[in-house]
Amino acid sequence: MTAPLHDTSAETAPVDPALGGDSTGKAIEGRSLGRIAWNRLKRDKLALTGGIVVLLLIAVAVLAPLIVSVLGHPPDKHHEDLVDPLFQTPKGALGGISADHLLGVEPGNGRDLFSRIVYGARVSLLVGFLSAMVAVVVGTVMGALAGYFGGWLDAAISRVMDMLLAFPQLLFIISLISVVPNSMFGLTGTGVRLTVMILVIGFFGWPYIGRIVRGQTLSLREREYVEAARSLGAGRRYILFKELLPNLIAPITVYTTLMIPTNILTEAALSFLGVGVKPPTASWGQMLSQATRYYEADPMFMVVPGVAIFITVLSFNLFGDGVRDALDPKGTR
Amino acid sequence: MLTYLIRRLFAVAVMLVVVMLAVFGIFFLIPEWTGLDPATMFAGKQTDAQALEGIRQKLGLDDPILVQLFDFFRGILVGRDYSSAGDSYHCEAPCFGYSFKTEQAVWPILADRLPVTMGLAAGAVIIWLIIGLSAGVVSALRRGSFWDRAAMSMALSGVSLPIYFTGLLSLAIFSYGLGLVSNEYTPMEESFSLWFSGMILPWVTLAFLFGAMYARLTRATMLEVMGEDYIRTARAKGVREPVVIRKHAMRSTMTPIITLLGVDLGALMGGAILTETTFSLPGLGQAVLKAIGEKDLPLILGVTLITASAVVIANLIVDLLYGVIDPRVRLA
Repeated sequence: MTAPLHDTSAETAPVDPALGGDSTGKAIEGRSLGRIAWNRLKRDKLALTGGIVVLLLIAVAVLAPLIVSVLGHPPDKHHEDLVDPLFQTPKGALGGISADHLLGVEPGNGRDLFSRIVYGARVSLLVGFLSAMVAVVVGTVMGALAGYFGGWLDAAISRVMDMLLAFPQLLFIISLISVVPNSMFGLTGTGVRLTVMILVIGFFGWPYIGRIVRGQTLSLREREYVEAARSLGAGRRYILFKELLPNLIAPITVYTTLMIPTNILTEAALSFLGVGVKPPTASWGQMLSQATRYYEADPMFMVVPGVAIFITVLSFNLFGDGVRDALDPKGTR
Repeated sequence: MLTYLIRRLFAVAVMLVVVMLAVFGIFFLIPEWTGLDPATMFAGKQTDAQALEGIRQKLGLDDPILVQLFDFFRGILVGRDYSSAGDSYHCEAPCFGYSFKTEQAVWPILADRLPVTMGLAAGAVIIWLIIGLSAGVVSALRRGSFWDRAAMSMALSGVSLPIYFTGLLSLAIFSYGLGLVSNEYTPMEESFSLWFSGMILPWVTLAFLFGAMYARLTRATMLEVMGEDYIRTARAKGVREPVVIRKHAMRSTMTPIITLLGVDLGALMGGAILTETTFSLPGLGQAVLKAIGEKDLPLILGVTLITASAVVIANLIVDLLYGVIDPRVRLA
């Protein structure tokens, strides 16, 4: 009798003869959830590709100055000589793509698109990750409180979550950012905008995590093992952190991976609308908003940042779908 | 049913009050903490101390915060009077104040733009429900087929593409490249065909994103439902397959879709802002963006409040639709 799961003999330890060994010569081993999930994920080619692209993007964002110093030009350096003085469009085919400027140059001032894309990845990923972290922390705490204590606390938190979910978020984010001054907490300009975006996107994202955590906590707290811990005299804190939280990690992981791409899209949308990071800091959404003026004359200027956003979000989605299927093969959404 | 309706209406009222409180907080409390002075913004460049004082008095910025809150609510519900040193004027019922920039009342400005946004949103909802539901159902019924894989790849791209990128692409291809449709907005009263032609790309662009999400959800739900016991029972009774799908499977597939529709109306408003910006449609989204550039707080406030209320009311309609679609909810 072998486990119906697929063969992983490549990394299993040699069979211990003392166990007698069954017909396949494989010892029965206990596998953790993480191990099972990893084995499933490894077989999902699309998810793996997504994961690898995500890792590459993170590397690009972290190493941006290094990459640009080797392959590009400083992101704020103007190259007016590469732009047609009359039409403002880049000289040469496909938006001025050349060995020197890998993705061409911006119409008007001729800034190098490659380095602006590389630096734009920093903004996108930073906001995407950190706002997801804010959402996860707030959502887990609120969801666990609501699910564990129930009663009026649950009612109050659940109502707030329902309300936030139905709010026109983008509009509220825009209005919030419009009343934020240019400098606060000792930060100025782009720093303020980044902080506010991270906090606000995270704030509107927590109910998604909160609902999942609440539901899971509700069903978990009635399980026998929690009851056993309680009857042995475990305190609330112990039950919450040692008994419940470890079982919440899988759903939280899944929803975090699926939330990051949504946050990246929100950041790009805010920058597109002109309430995100301020120029000259490069961001993909802002590049697209400038491209609206040139979509007829220089379509490459819109295609480059658009494709950058698409690849990033698609990779996160593929990876997130894969993680979800790996952690919960029955789950459909 | 009646008690249900009353309870729902009460919830809507509470939600609207919360929305107003949130908006009040954003536009009156936060500027106070962060040192942004509405009076300075109202006055623009000329910052004569006496003029500023007059503005502060007129807008009631020196009043205690509770009085300001009361005036704010009163203005929206029954209208209010602004008065300072002799001159006084009345602001009609949904009073969101006067634009800092043009000094016109906010409500009439926005009422002009409301039909554009509503037309965009309504058209997009219809298209995305038709596309999303049919693609999802067919994918689920022909699981693993070429159609299923094609539709689901499209859907995955759809959820990964920003609206303003698909919008620009479609403009470049269908309007500039092929000249098939208009890239300008024409009011419906002027010419219905031109209005329609100008709205096709915005509708499809906005519907593509949401339709993709709905196709994915419909497929997943449908697959789950088709595995249920009552489907097997229906088949065992000799019910023909098209009837099984239509009467038994589709009906319970619709329930989570309708729930999601209620939640997504808020997100739809965000999508509408982006779509209006991309296609230069003269709707609420464009108004709010212009207002942000000019720090015209009353206008931003008006748009936020109007859209939030629209979402709350649309949610009520969606909730009532539940009863029609899901018989289990009917008596609740």
